[in-house]
Amino acid sequence: MVDVLVIGGGNSALCAAIMAREAGASVLLLESAPKEWRGGNSVHTRNLRCMHEGPQDVLLGTYSEDEYWQDLYKVTAGKTDEHLARLAIRESSTCRAWMMKHGVRFQAPLSGTLHLSRTNAFFMGGGKALVNAYYRSAEKLGVEIRYNSPVESLELKDGDFVAAHTQTGKIEAKTCVVASGGFESNLEWLREAWGQNERGEYPSDNFLIRGTQFNKGVLLKNLLDQGVDSIGEPTQAHMVAIDARAPLYDGGICTRIDCVSLGIVVNRDGERFYDEGEDCWPKRYAIWGRLVAKQPGQVAYSVIDSKALGRFMPPVFPGNKADTLEELAKQMNVPVETFLQTIRDYNQACQAGKFDHTTLDDCHTLGLQPAKTHWALRIDEGPFYAYMVKPGVTFTYLGLKTDQNASVFFDGKRSTNLFVSGEMMAGNILGQGYTAGIGMAIGTAFGRIAGTQAAHVALDQVTHSIEKSYS
Amino acid sequence: MTQELKKLTEQASRLGQGQIEMTAAETEVSRILQICNACRYCEGFCAVFPAMTRRLEFKSADVNYLANLCHQCSACLYACQYAPPHEFSVNVPQALAKVRKETYIHYAWPKPLGKLYQRNATLISLLSAITITLFLLGCLNFYSSNMGQGWAGNFYAIYPHNTLALLFGAVFGYSILALFMGVKRFWEEAAPGLISSRAISEAAYDSLSLKYLGGGHGDGCNNEDDEFSLWRKYFHHFTFYGFMLCLGSTSVATIYHYFFNLEAPYPLLSLPVILGTLGGIGLIIGPIGLLVLNLKKNPLQADVSQDAMSRAFILLLALISITGLGLLIERDGELMPIWLSIHLGFVMTFFLTMPYGKFAHGIYRVAALLKNAIEKRHTSRISVGSD
Repeated sequence: MVDVLVIGGGNSALCAAIMAREAGASVLLLESAPKEWRGGNSVHTRNLRCMHEGPQDVLLGTYSEDEYWQDLYKVTAGKTDEHLARLAIRESSTCRAWMMKHGVRFQAPLSGTLHLSRTNAFFMGGGKALVNAYYRSAEKLGVEIRYNSPVESLELKDGDFVAAHTQTGKIEAKTCVVASGGFESNLEWLREAWGQNERGEYPSDNFLIRGTQFNKGVLLKNLLDQGVDSIGEPTQAHMVAIDARAPLYDGGICTRIDCVSLGIVVNRDGERFYDEGEDCWPKRYAIWGRLVAKQPGQVAYSVIDSKALGRFMPPVFPGNKADTLEELAKQMNVPVETFLQTIRDYNQACQAGKFDHTTLDDCHTLGLQPAKTHWALRIDEGPFYAYMVKPGVTFTYLGLKTDQNASVFFDGKRSTNLFVSGEMMAGNILGQGYTAGIGMAIGTAFGRIAGTQAAHVALDQVTHSIEKSYS
Repeated sequence: MTQELKKLTEQASRLGQGQIEMTAAETEVSRILQICNACRYCEGFCAVFPAMTRRLEFKSADVNYLANLCHQCSACLYACQYAPPHEFSVNVPQALAKVRKETYIHYAWPKPLGKLYQRNATLISLLSAITITLFLLGCLNFYSSNMGQGWAGNFYAIYPHNTLALLFGAVFGYSILALFMGVKRFWEEAAPGLISSRAISEAAYDSLSLKYLGGGHGDGCNNEDDEFSLWRKYFHHFTFYGFMLCLGSTSVATIYHYFFNLEAPYPLLSLPVILGTLGGIGLIIGPIGLLVLNLKKNPLQADVSQDAMSRAFILLLALISITGLGLLIERDGELMPIWLSIHLGFVMTFFLTMPYGKFAHGIYRVAALLKNAIEKRHTSRISVGSD
C-alpha cells in the first residue's frame, strides 16, 4: 500500500506529491486528464503573488505581509479567513527557492504587466512550463504518476480516508490529498447553481470556461454528498469577460478583452450598464464576467474608437470594424437608434481633462448614469471597433473547509488522514473577488502543507502544530 | 480555369491596393502570432517574442524577419497552453521553420537557384560525387606518370598550388557574393534603421555565444521532450568553432605561402596543422552530435521537410573533417593523392552549396539578430504596458 495518494494533477497536487516524497513517503499521483492535457488550470496561469521584504531577482521593491493582506481583504470585501490567508502570504515569501530547485524558472514581468512588477513573480514560459518542471522533478524523485485516471469516489470511514475508487478498481493508501480542482467545466452543475433568472434565462448556458475541461467536480460532489464541511457559494468564481468566440474550454489568457476601460461597454439592447473606468483595468477585469452574466443574453460589447488602438493588449480575434457608428451597430446586431443615443449621451457627458491611462486621470463624465469616472474620452474617431464578450469562468470557489494543516472536516471533526489543497479549498481565503497570482499562492502554500502533513501522518510522525514548520 | 482566373484577378487587385500576397506558411505564422501576442507567456525565452510585442499585425516582412530570428530551441512549444491538441494548434517553432525555408528560397541569388533548397540533399550528394570523381581523375593522371617516385606530403605535386587557389578562390568568391546578395535583400525588405556599434556588439555576442539556444534561463533548449539540455548549444559550438579553426588554418597557410614563401607540407607542430587538427576534431564531434540530436528530436518541433537538408549539411561537414584528418595521417603514404582528391571534392561541394543550403541559416540568423539589436533600441510605438 502506498503511503500518500494525491488526487489531481495541477500545481497544488504536484507540490503536495513532491513535498510528501521529499519527506520520505511513497507517493502515487492520479491525474484524470491524458498526459497532453495534464496540469489542470495551472497550465493557464502565469505568476505567483509574492510577499517580499526588499527587491529580489524578478521582484521590485517591497511587498509586506500587511500590504498583501490588505490587498486581499479589499478584493474579497472581507470574505476571507485571516489566519489562513496570512499563512499563504508568508509561505509565498519562502517557497520560491524550493520551486526553483524543482525546475521552475522565473522571469521579469511580461510587457503589458508592469503594474505587477512589484507584487508578482512570473513563471518563465507560464504555468505549463511550471507544470512540466514539476512533473519531471516528481518523476525523478520517484513519485508514481498515472494519467487518464479519474477518481469517481472516496471510501471513507468515520471521516478518515480508506480508498479511492476508480473505473479500474480501488486504490488504498495511508493518507490522501485531494487537489482535483473546482467544478467549472461541469456545465450541468453550473446550470443548477446559477438557476433561472428573472428573464427566464439559464445564464450559465452562455458561459465559456477559460480553464481546463477536466475540472468536473466529481470528487467535490462526492465529498459534499458524504457530508464534508464545505465553504463558499456555488456561484462564486473567478469570472472574466472574454471574447464571445473563445472556445468552450481552455481559452486561457489570450481570449481576454482588455479595452473595456478605454471605451464603453453596452449590452444587447445597446445600453451601458456599469462604470468602465472605475479603477485600473487589472484591478477590475475580474468583475466584468459577473457583470456581463447579469445582462440579457449574457453578452456585451466593448466599443472603442481609433484613439484606443495600440493602448491595450491586442485581442486574439479581430473585432467588428466600421467607419461609422451606425454601421458598427448593424454589425453588432444591437438596436441602432438606442446605441447611437447611448454614444451621444456619453460623448456629451465627457468632460475635458488630461488623459493618462497610467493613472486614475480626470477624464470623467458629468450627469451620466452610470458614470464613467476615468479615461472618459469621446468616441468620435473612426474607424470604430466592437468586441462581443461573454462571461468566462476560470475556476469556482465552492470547496472544502480546511485549517492550517490542510485537513478536511466532517461536522467540525478533523479527518486524521484526508487533506485538501488548491482550488478545492481556495474558497476559504477567496470568499469572492480575485487578485492576480493569489490562486497559485494559495495552491502552492497549501499543496506544500498538505503534502508534508500527509507524509508525516503516513509515516507516523504527526506534527501537531503547523505553525512550527510554516511560520 | 475560370476559378483560377478569378483568383488571379483578386490577387492582382489586392496587389494593386498595396497588399502583399502571403504564402500559406506566412499566413499560418501570422495567425499563430496573433494568438501569441495576446498571451505573451513566452517572452522570456528568446528574442522572437519581445520583437513580436512591437507589432500588432504580422505581414510578410515581419514574418520573414521573425522566422530567421527563431533559433528553434522549442521551449515555447512545450510551454504553450495552446499547442496541439488544443484547437488553436499553436506551434511556433514549426511554423517559423516552414517560413524560414521559404525565405532562403525567396532571397536566393540568382533567384532561380533558390529552387536548390528544395532538393538539397540530392544536390549535395550529386555534387560530391561529381567533384570527387573529377579530382580523382585528376590524380589518376598523376599516379600514372609518377608511380613509385615518392611525393612525401607534397599536395602541390598533384595539383599545382595556383590551380587550387584559383579554382577554390573563384568558387568561394562567387558563394560569398551570392550570400551577400541574398542577405542584402533580406535586410532591405524591412530595414530596421541605422547600424550602431552597440547593436553590432550585441548581435555578435548573441551569435557567437548562441545565447538563444540557452532557453532564456540558461538551462538550454528542447530536443526530444520538455527536458532542457545544453547539448545542442555545445555541439553547435564544436561545429562552428571547429569550422572557424579550419578556416584559420587555411588562412594562415595562405599567408605563409604568399608572404613568407613557406610552402606546404607544414610540420606537425606548425600553426596551420595545429589549427586544422583542432578544428577538424571539433568539426567531427560537433556535426556527429548534431546529427544524433537531429535524428532523435521530436518531429513536432521542426519542419521535417528540411531534415534532409540539415542532415546532408552536417554530414558534409563531418566528411570534410574526416577526410582532412585522414589526409593528415596519410600524407606521407601511397594513398595520399586519393585522400586529397576526396577531401577536395567535399570541400568544393561545400563551397558550391554555401549559398543554397543549410550554411545560409547562419548568415540570415546573424542578420536577423542584428536587426533585432537595432530595433530594440528604438522606442516601441505600442504602449500596452502603460495600463
